[in-house]
Amino acid sequence: MTPALGIISPGLSTSIQDLGRTGFQRLGVSLGGALDPVSLRAANALVGNPGNTGALEALYTGPTFAIDAEDARLSFVGADAAIKIFADAEDHSGETIAPMRSIHVRRGQIIHVGSLKHGATLYVAVEGGFDIEPVLGSVSTDSRGRIGGWRGRPLTNGDVLPLRRLAASNREEYRIDGMDLTAPSFIRVVLGPQSDYFSNDEIVRFFAGRYIVGAGSNRMGLCLEGRPIQHQRGFNIVSDAVATGSIQVPGNGQPIVLLADHQTTGGYPKIATVISADLPAMGRLPIGAQVSFVPCTLDEATAARRELAAALDDIGDKLVPILPPAAAVGSRLQECNLISGVHNAAA
Amino acid sequence: MLDYRVLSAGDTALVVEFGDRIDRQLSTAVLALARALDAERIAGIVETVPTFRSLMVHYEPLALSAAALAARIDEQMQKLSVGEIAGRLWHLPVCYEPRFAIDLDDVAKRTSLSKQQIIERHSGPIYHVYMLGFLPGQAYMGELAADLALDRRETPRTRIPAGSLAIAARMSCVFPLETPCGWHIIGRCPIPLWDPAHATALLAPADKVMFVPVSVREYDSLVTRASQDVLRIEPVSEFVGAVA
Repeated sequence: MTPALGIISPGLSTSIQDLGRTGFQRLGVSLGGALDPVSLRAANALVGNPGNTGALEALYTGPTFAIDAEDARLSFVGADAAIKIFADAEDHSGETIAPMRSIHVRRGQIIHVGSLKHGATLYVAVEGGFDIEPVLGSVSTDSRGRIGGWRGRPLTNGDVLPLRRLAASNREEYRIDGMDLTAPSFIRVVLGPQSDYFSNDEIVRFFAGRYIVGAGSNRMGLCLEGRPIQHQRGFNIVSDAVATGSIQVPGNGQPIVLLADHQTTGGYPKIATVISADLPAMGRLPIGAQVSFVPCTLDEATAARRELAAALDDIGDKLVPILPPAAAVGSRLQECNLISGVHNAAA
Repeated sequence: MLDYRVLSAGDTALVVEFGDRIDRQLSTAVLALARALDAERIAGIVETVPTFRSLMVHYEPLALSAAALAARIDEQMQKLSVGEIAGRLWHLPVCYEPRFAIDLDDVAKRTSLSKQQIIERHSGPIYHVYMLGFLPGQAYMGELAADLALDRRETPRTRIPAGSLAIAARMSCVFPLETPCGWHIIGRCPIPLWDPAHATALLAPADKVMFVPVSVREYDSLVTRASQDVLRIEPVSEFVGAVA
């Protein structure tokens, strides 16, 4: 039997995502990929996967799924959630765990992620990844282009996602410490490419403003609500290419920050672009969150990118083994003995 | 040499902007620069995205600085020959019958042309593919006869079927996938412009396209063959230069 995860409920919107699909924007194919690639890489590190392995990305409300493999290893990284592990369909109490760790699971167990708090995204990685053929070099789900992931769409009840590994390895369980997923007070941006469509006063007001992430937000972009930004030269431009992080200002003056699934081209002036190092934080901002922007130079942006890349390369240093209960007790006893031994010697 | 400016689009993309309008000469320059940069295989360039009037160059700033990339772009611009870029010529069948042309009556009213005149004017010219965008495989083809050009409908449709052919200002577009749409639908093309199974686009920037009117019967037959994966559409010519 093919080892698999059986989706019982997909939650609000859960899809398979890796680090995205580069090189095909000229065909109109979106980059896609995890909204929060930092959390995705941490989730993969916890189960020993390469950072670009596809995982489940849950938005706002996570999935419920059954383990249809001898055993498997999962990890959860992202927003706060009370994740329930049920022994089987008859078990109604279950065990509750918090994210930011790996866990060993067995056939028949049911995992219920539930609603996310203080963040939009949570990643569920599985050791070895899903047994899914990449499309254009990526397993990311592109819902608009209907390619990648599981049948080119978000998950639905009854989907059976095949796993690469027949069973879990003997690897230890880990938790990840020192990851700060709280929203920064300011998101850094580089001005342009169409900041000349806005007066200097209006740009100053944009940086002084506070915006709320609006309900229309999705994987394509965050619709921000706040004081409208006025254009000085109209708001229709001949379409040109847009980047992830582009801040478009349409006719109503309410900015839209483009995220992973953005269209490849757009026809509104772009006042500024979120720097690449701050895109993961942008991606996990939930509807209702507040956000303000601060300008930075290209050099500062590149330094921030370098710092983030180095931190991600060293993400393994943040992994801390979770000792099995028996071993944990044993080592604690040993610690006590040692300490008391020192006391005895001193006495 | 053409005027251009290099703009930041964040810390991982530059925009080489040739102008702010839709213009064959600008498009030619954009496509010529894209081909020149692609041919150079410059380490640190991730991908290039041509549009009507600018080329976006995505790069890895930890391998290639913005300043170094801008210098490489200047270097290419110095020696760029902006002759018409060759592309393939395609004949795309289109059914303009009422079953598909849901806005044809409305377009006739707005343009004061008869339905037959609209079909003749739309299927007359050879269109230039300026760029792909909005949806995978979706080509922006221009330019439409001036008396067919229309701005967006007041109320966009939440859903139009794949293959819908639209008037979009001075452009004509075939939407390769079902999508929300604010433009005027005057027909449907039975040829899939985007193949999700193989993730390939039929058209590429600089290609040339002529629309060939077909009956509902021919349309249905082509759709059936396309769905059975036995429809092979080949360009009429592999290498077409300036045809405008």
